[in-house]
Amino acid sequence: MAKLMPKRQLENVGLGITGLCVALVALVVVTLIVMVAQQGLTTFFVDGVNPVEFLTGQNWIPEQERYGALPMIVGSFAVTLLSTVFALPVAVGSAIFVVEVAPGFGRRVFQPFIELLVGIPSVVYGVLGLYVINSLMRAAFGDPAGTGAGILSGSIVLAVMILPTITTLSMDALRAVPNQYREGSYALGCTRWQTVWHVVLKSALPSLMTAVILGMTRAFGETLAVQMVIGGVERSMPSGLLDPASTLTAALTAGLSNATSGSVYYHALWSLGLILLVMSLVFILIIHLIGKKGAKANG
Amino acid sequence: MASQVHSLDDHVSRINRQDKVATGVLTVIVGLVMLLVVAIIAYILVRGGTRALTPGFLTNPSAAEEAPGIVYQLWDSFYMLIVTLVISVPISLGAAIFLVEYAPDNWVTSAAKTAIETLSSLPSIVVGMFGSLFFVVTLGWGISIIAGACALTMFNIPILVRTIQQALEDVPRSQRDAALAMGLTRWETTINVLLPAAMPAIVTGIVLSAGRVFGEAAALIFTSGSAPARLNFANPFNFVSPTCPFNIFRPACSLAVYIWRLTSEPTDGSVEIVWGTATVLLVCVLLFNLLARLLGKFLSRRLTAE
Repeated sequence: MAKLMPKRQLENVGLGITGLCVALVALVVVTLIVMVAQQGLTTFFVDGVNPVEFLTGQNWIPEQERYGALPMIVGSFAVTLLSTVFALPVAVGSAIFVVEVAPGFGRRVFQPFIELLVGIPSVVYGVLGLYVINSLMRAAFGDPAGTGAGILSGSIVLAVMILPTITTLSMDALRAVPNQYREGSYALGCTRWQTVWHVVLKSALPSLMTAVILGMTRAFGETLAVQMVIGGVERSMPSGLLDPASTLTAALTAGLSNATSGSVYYHALWSLGLILLVMSLVFILIIHLIGKKGAKANG
Repeated sequence: MASQVHSLDDHVSRINRQDKVATGVLTVIVGLVMLLVVAIIAYILVRGGTRALTPGFLTNPSAAEEAPGIVYQLWDSFYMLIVTLVISVPISLGAAIFLVEYAPDNWVTSAAKTAIETLSSLPSIVVGMFGSLFFVVTLGWGISIIAGACALTMFNIPILVRTIQQALEDVPRSQRDAALAMGLTRWETTINVLLPAAMPAIVTGIVLSAGRVFGEAAALIFTSGSAPARLNFANPFNFVSPTCPFNIFRPACSLAVYIWRLTSEPTDGSVEIVWGTATVLLVCVLLFNLLARLLGKFLSRRLTAE
């Protein structure tokens, strides 16, 4: 029989191995943040692009050395907000139905269905958007829609993509509401809808907001589906929902393969990446703040 | 008095009507969502099904004169997935065990949790950008499968850590207490008691995440490349050759990246190939979903029925 390792030593080995894994992950994340920040800030500190002009400039024309990121920033926020507006009522509505009205159906049928939607890869959504949504846009709006590519088509594709995220998280949020709340409300003679509207939704509000923010995070960072659908016009500001536009992620995807490393253009693209990074940190911060506030409100 | 009764009746009938209308609207919404899911999947399968089932599509290289296919992309996708899982599963397992079992309640732990959370919310293109500089240039791996797999690992780790953590936490407390009371160390408890009990959920989580990784493209374009590979299956053991299917330092093009490339640089007849490839990709992902469910059920029956 092999000699057993002393228990204390074994425990340390376990702690060491698992701790190393966590340290590795943390190290990679720190490296990523440092690297993106370093490359992204080079634009301003070495190449001499004015950061205010970068953030507020309305034209992104690398051939003329004009780097104004506002069209992409506006594009990103527009598709994020619009897709959230499309997806939110549907997501919360279906969550209410499957939690409050038909829980058995929700668990057995609806949940597997919505999980299928999560599984569909981003490029496949892009293909659908490119060949189906864009032609629907042309059919619906005629000439003003041009090729059909634009903020509106991008938002519709994104709405479908973030629908499962918001729905599943809203379902969790509603399920976490203690049953006594519902029973108390029914005991007072409230109907189901009154109970849902005045009691359940109110009590689940912080978690529902977290669900929405997570959906928005996904929409903001979604890359290929948007890039394939939105038309990819970075030169100037979009003037309407049917105009081809671009987002931060789309501009990165399209630009990075053409940029020579070390050029101003290359660094400017990293600055776009830095904006994306900062925004996802902001989203995390918001989620933490909501969580803290919710915990305080519930005692 | 009478008017009060009357208004109460009004009120009751009004709130009942509201309740009925609300239930009706919610039912319609759920119906539409389910219809949407079915419509999306059915449309893709029908639109690309004929192409995907064309003889040669799954067995010919994309450069073939007649009946161009996707066999190399299919191979690259699966090979890259396996390399990714080989890297990401042990790291995630270790990290999750640390967070559930060992993590002291201090700033180190909360910093690690924040790091994983940050990773999970990063746009995949940022991970791709980072990979194109760090793995490709700084570490000198070049545009290669290993660089792509490392980028995918960064994308996969937060998902895996969360599912494994959940699985470990779901093991009944009594089992953990019993093992510790018998004088086992935490490490022994984890290896001998917790991991076997959590195994069905962990395997399900790994297969589900494999489906996500399989369809990911944005992180790969700048790390493993988008040029269709040329492989030579006749001589698979010449590991340094760029045509060797097993060489992890050669560029590769996965199914998802191939679709993206064809849509951004369309050629004659590429639309049909795009739909065919999308169908194959979707079917693979759905199979991963199905496999995850079946495997989870099978393992939990196997491990708990004894």
